[in-house]
Amino acid sequence: MSKPGSETSKISRRKFLGTGITVAGMSVAPGVSLINVAEARPLDQPVSSKQRWGILVDANKCSKGCTSCVDACFTENGLNRGDEQHSRPGQKAQWIRKIDLRDKATGHEVSLPLFCQHCEHPPCTDVCPTGASFKRKDGLVLVDKHICIGCRYCMMACPYKARSFIHEELTHQFEYAPRGKGTVEGCTLCVHRVDQGRNPACVDACNAAGHKAMYFGDLKDSNSEVSKQLKMHSSKAIRADLELNPGIRYRGI
Amino acid sequence: MKYLRMMLVLLTVVLLGNTIVLADVPKPVIPKGNAEECVLPKEEMRVDHMNYILHQRDETMHRGIRTKKFSLKGCIDCHTVKDDAGKIVSYKDKKHFCNSCHTYAAVNIDCFECHASTPTAKGTISSTGGKK
Ligand code: HEC
Ligand code: HEC
Ligand code: HEC
Repeated sequence: MSKPGSETSKISRRKFLGTGITVAGMSVAPGVSLINVAEARPLDQPVSSKQRWGILVDANKCSKGCTSCVDACFTENGLNRGDEQHSRPGQKAQWIRKIDLRDKATGHEVSLPLFCQHCEHPPCTDVCPTGASFKRKDGLVLVDKHICIGCRYCMMACPYKARSFIHEELTHQFEYAPRGKGTVEGCTLCVHRVDQGRNPACVDACNAAGHKAMYFGDLKDSNSEVSKQLKMHSSKAIRADLELNPGIRYRGI
Repeated sequence: MKYLRMMLVLLTVVLLGNTIVLADVPKPVIPKGNAEECVLPKEEMRVDHMNYILHQRDETMHRGIRTKKFSLKGCIDCHTVKDDAGKIVSYKDKKHFCNSCHTYAAVNIDCFECHASTPTAKGTISSTGGKK
């Protein structure tokens, strides 16, 4: 199989960022939060809209050629356990990929990870005929594979190419990351870890690799590191022109 | 349909229970879990296990509730069965706990097309932060 992360994208930088320099949704971290959500939610408590999970990617710190986040995602979720024998590399599941952008005018290059942007207004849920594609109260956009019929409308609707479809029978799944033939999947922000109060695997891997280019946290908690960082410097949403208000923000693009 | 389901469950329960002895009807061999008792009395589990785990499924998926009691992971971790070589069997094997009655009662479930039917070794991947 092709090395994860090696797939390069041919879209132009301008198209990628969305035409013009629309103000990239200032509404991402609204107001003050009233509750302290530093500790993990108890196991028996449902998620609530008092939180919204998000990531700020600092593309200035993201190193070209580094695929720590991509590798970590594959390992964590068991995406590369050799089950998909017949699929072409482009068909195989990939939840996060590295994109290199080059500004033609200045020659400035930037590298960044692209994955499900966990939109506030996700087009994938709009088109889903069964309700399998849904947004959890805390902002995570997920696939309920139990009711996914594999129609792949959501894959078409996603402007970030963030979802993949499983074409083959799988056998080596991890207990905490069930996956199977005939359903669509995408980045869950490692929901199984987030629900335990931990970072997504990509974020931990980026930190461990010493780049510290990803800040994960609650966008609605003004005291969270990610909110503080977002407040400090300007950031952009990719394809801000679509007004989807993604939970994933980028700095340095 | 509901009625049929009740009948089937009742039939299984009756066949399994010791109250009636049907000498020449073969019974399924149901392996015990790796503990003294189940998460609920076994009589209740026999009849209602599907309702509990299907409810848990929706609670976890949509509301992020991750209580242990009726988690499918829990069933799989405790209800392991080993083959002759001492290896824990998967759902592909007839001896797997979840197969013991299902084969007998001609029940087909698709859960293990996605869910692991054997425990995932603890602390291997998820606790390392995905670093290899
Ligand atoms: C197409 C794949 C797929 C199939 C088939 C499937 N599941 Fe799931 N299941 C998932 C995914 C994905 C999750 C979410 C895991 C998470 O968020 O941690 C999940 C979560 C669950 C959970 C909550 C987590 C846990 O381990 O307790 C339960 C319970 C569950 N499923 C039960 C079932 C049952 C029962 C069946 C069969 C009737 C089934 N599932 C079939 C993919 C599947
Ligand atoms: C801590 C270990 C443990 C866990 C977790 C557990 N079980 Fe059990 N289960 C047992 C034991 C032990 C028995 C046998 C009890 C007895 O003989 O009194 C049993 C019995 C059963 C039976 C009845 C079998 C028979 O003999 O008729 C069913 C059905 C069952 N379990 C289903 C489940 C399901 C479904 C889950 C997950 C929600 C689950 N169990 C979780 C230990 C466990
Ligand atoms: C004591 C025997 C027994 C054991 C052990 C058992 N089951 Fe069942 N199960 C049944 C019977 C009988 C039915 C069918 C009931 C019906 O058709 O309404 C059933 C139905 C189900 C269903 C619903 C199927 C459907 O299509 O509605 C699910 C899901 C299920 N079982 C999961 C499990 C899992 C997971 C395990 C292992 C942890 C397990 N069962 C172990 C007897 C058992």
